[in-house]
Amino acid sequence: MTIRRKLAALVAGLLLMATPALVLAVDDPSEMLANPQQEARAQAIGAQLRCLVCQNESIEDSSAGLARDLRRVVREHVAKGENNQQVMDWMVSRYGNFIRLKPAFSPGTLLLWAMPVLALLGGILTAFLFYRRRAAAPPPPPLTEDEKARLARLTKD
Amino acid sequence: MTTPSDNLTRRRLLMALPLAGAGVAGVAFWKMLDGMEHGSFNPHDINAPVLDRPVPDFTLAPLPPAEGFTTQNLQQLDKPVLVNFFASWCIPCLAEMPTLMTLKDKLTMWGIAYKDKPENTASFLRHSGNPFTRLGDDHTGRAGIEWGISGVPETFLVGAGGIIRWHTAAPLTDQTINKVLLPLVQRLQTP
Repeated sequence: MTIRRKLAALVAGLLLMATPALVLAVDDPSEMLANPQQEARAQAIGAQLRCLVCQNESIEDSSAGLARDLRRVVREHVAKGENNQQVMDWMVSRYGNFIRLKPAFSPGTLLLWAMPVLALLGGILTAFLFYRRRAAAPPPPPLTEDEKARLARLTKD
Repeated sequence: MTTPSDNLTRRRLLMALPLAGAGVAGVAFWKMLDGMEHGSFNPHDINAPVLDRPVPDFTLAPLPPAEGFTTQNLQQLDKPVLVNFFASWCIPCLAEMPTLMTLKDKLTMWGIAYKDKPENTASFLRHSGNPFTRLGDDHTGRAGIEWGISGVPETFLVGAGGIIRWHTAAPLTDQTINKVLLPLVQRLQTP
């Protein structure tokens, strides 16, 4: 009995811990599309759109008024049968690339996207040069008599 | 052949690198904060991609007795008009009003009440003065989205033919008006 109760409490606790991840800012179920597939697609698009009021949240996560309006617009477009790219383009034409949480691949963002590869190549090159130089360096000159005597003194017991 | 003292110099130089980096970052941050204080840099200013593009399609509810306006009205312009989004619930808009009132003799201004109740808009304009010759009501905020605004106040300068020539997402100040806006209006009006 007690074990069962403990188990139940554990399950309830875990469920509680899991809920925050499930909660979206959609504060009114009437906002959601009736078709679950379309709703899922609208949420996926919304998760890629920056809330321009809070700036570091997606419109699906934000409870700002503008985010709510933009969620509605996304759902209108999805319900009309537009694909993700069309909805994204509609938003970008009004709010600019800033509204994308994931920057688009373009000449302006080339350096940004290439940076991980460039950094890795740079690191490999540095390491290669470093080891090659160390391997090529001549061995240090042998110790002089004075140095030998000093070393013997220092290591003596 | 590198001598030990050469190595030491190189090590010292390498140690100075992070310091130099921190120095550069410090100067950059200082400049940024200084700019925020003096209004030349605003991290919340979203650069709407509307510049040099035609005004969007939008619809506004009328706010009688004021005359409203449409996309077509803007497209038929032959001289610049300033379109200002405002709301009675917006404190920066209230602070901006005296500046707009001083501008109304130099530039035609049309206002859009953003997500506001008509009666609140009316009493707001009664108290602060009304710089707008035409007025529209964007009760749902949908026209605002078409224009690409992210809040109020936001201001657009619409030139002849309904082309957007200038935009700011910050309250207008005397400095912006005299240094940026009015010179631009001047340039747009001289063929």
